[in-house]
Amino acid sequence: MNRVGIPRSLFYYYYGDIWKDFFDSLKIPYIISPKTNQDIMSRGINIANDEMCLSLKNYLGHIDYLKDKCDYILVPRISNFKNNNQTCTNFWAAYDIVHNLFPVNILNYNVDLDKRKTLKKGLYKIGKELNQKKLKIKKAYRYAITKEKKKIKKNHIINLNKLNQDKTKILIVGHPYNLYDDMIGSDIIKYLIKNNIEIIYSDKFDSKITNHLSKKISKELYFKYSKDNLGAIVYCQKQIDGIIFISSFPCAPDSLANELAMRKIKLPYLNLVIDDSTSFTGLETRLESFLDMLGGKLND
Amino acid sequence: MIKIAFPHMGDYHVPANYLLSHVFSNTEVIKAPKITSKTIELGTKYSPEFICTPFKYTLGTMIECLEKGASILIQMGGGCRYGYYAELQEQILKNLGYKCKVINLVVEGQTNLKRINKLLKQIDPKYSKIKALYYSFIALKMVKYMDIVDDYIRENIGFELEKGSFESLKEEMLISFSNVKSYRELYKTYKIYLKKFHKIKVHKPDNRLKIGIIGELYTIMEPFSNYFLEKQLAKHHIEIKRFTNVHYLLFEKSKKYKKYKKYSKDYFIYNMGADASDNIARCKYLCEEDYDGIIHIKSSFCTPEIGAMPIINKIANTYKKPVLFFSFDSATSETGVQTRLEAFYDMLEMRKDK
Repeated sequence: MNRVGIPRSLFYYYYGDIWKDFFDSLKIPYIISPKTNQDIMSRGINIANDEMCLSLKNYLGHIDYLKDKCDYILVPRISNFKNNNQTCTNFWAAYDIVHNLFPVNILNYNVDLDKRKTLKKGLYKIGKELNQKKLKIKKAYRYAITKEKKKIKKNHIINLNKLNQDKTKILIVGHPYNLYDDMIGSDIIKYLIKNNIEIIYSDKFDSKITNHLSKKISKELYFKYSKDNLGAIVYCQKQIDGIIFISSFPCAPDSLANELAMRKIKLPYLNLVIDDSTSFTGLETRLESFLDMLGGKLND
Repeated sequence: MIKIAFPHMGDYHVPANYLLSHVFSNTEVIKAPKITSKTIELGTKYSPEFICTPFKYTLGTMIECLEKGASILIQMGGGCRYGYYAELQEQILKNLGYKCKVINLVVEGQTNLKRINKLLKQIDPKYSKIKALYYSFIALKMVKYMDIVDDYIRENIGFELEKGSFESLKEEMLISFSNVKSYRELYKTYKIYLKKFHKIKVHKPDNRLKIGIIGELYTIMEPFSNYFLEKQLAKHHIEIKRFTNVHYLLFEKSKKYKKYKKYSKDYFIYNMGADASDNIARCKYLCEEDYDGIIHIKSSFCTPEIGAMPIINKIANTYKKPVLFFSFDSATSETGVQTRLEAFYDMLEMRKDK
């Protein structure tokens, strides 16, 4: 039976749930690579070019882990979402890089709304390649999408509830593939939770709301995911105590968009850039002093 | 009086200067000072940490122009994050205490007349559109002629009998270009100088080395940012082929992209951002033609080119052609570049002798 491999990195954090529901509904077996560990990370670093961003190195590591454990690997290409909503150029190039570096079968679809290539068309294409009937695909797609929409609403409401609490609230600004990755951001989040901080995630707002709000910080920004992040800052800046920016080294959109945000906001912030040689001890010291500073400010 | 300025890129300040000074009669165009190591130092000081190097160069030039009294700065953009430079640069300059406006002509690698018209009205609300169209036509033609001449120079400058003859003639040409009054005059001067260029005596041996240069657009076009790579190669008597120039970016890119895609469909099927996929196709072309080596240059952290690098490496491996990768940063040392270039050149010579 055809088994599909899904690397738990980059696109997984945006589309993982849709894919899982879609394949579940079609009864296609799939395997998701484990949470990032030292082995996967070092595999990625060995394969990748030194100057690639940490997240892309990580992604290549996951693909290397999966390459002989399944028949297909799912590598989409996400280009843009219309109306000045581009993604990072690594997202554009991911398919071609994987295709050239690994001799594996790749399941690929293209999301390019400027050229009318939607997610729907993409998933239909994948279903067809896996020899499924059209009616079944339609059903599976609808199932996956309705579940995703519910998830977005739920996350948004959870975030709103968090904003109304009395604890110290910190907005974490970053891309989900960095925040929830075990080797990149999740240590930071664990540390904050341990210190009794209410964390609000910038990526868990409804992007229909935050996308427009980003214009208040930056008029010309055209990176979709950075737009969502900046919009989240505008959305909740009156209710939070501080902001932590988390980005991987050297992230292209973040280097510009976060810099602009830092220059425009009037809240205390901490900018953490994570490299493959970053140790958590170093980060811990910085986080500790940041929390101390916030505490001092709150006591005044 | 309003003073306009714009950052440097190669010799293209000549047509840009020509266009701006003719369209806006009541404004003064400030010629940006030549890029020096001080410029890049200034730029690096105020730039974010891991930004690509063109940002630092342009920011440094902008600060120098503002010191000279400019109040409106013009910035171009490309298909990558280059298109977003302007807004952040304006913010940085404002935080430094300068009063200025940065106008961004190209966003997301695309632009249209409506947008440009809107932006130009900010400089001078009563500018004449017909005049603007006419002079931009001349300026674009000037760019085209410059690029044609540059291509010819690149192929021959390594073999000139009298040293410096190409360069001095080119400078002469640029001065007379900046003084033309109509399109006819421009065309005439272009023809005259083209003849003069062809008359310069060159000695081209048959077993000369040929190298193709590919890479990121700013670094490739601004000689200071690539440590005068082309001049160094010319010193070693090497014929140089370069694809990227402004005329290519403005008019040929969209047409050629389809051809490139078909030509190298084994290596890429999607647009990889900025010039990355173009460079992959060019690399294949250089490998198939009788070029001896390929030099790929980029500024550090240039994301699209980093994505293209493993693929270029793969192509070069299959065709067994040597590739040299350069990643230029503000901290790159010129001697380091020279040493690597010399080693590469020696290696090519040895391959040729075999």
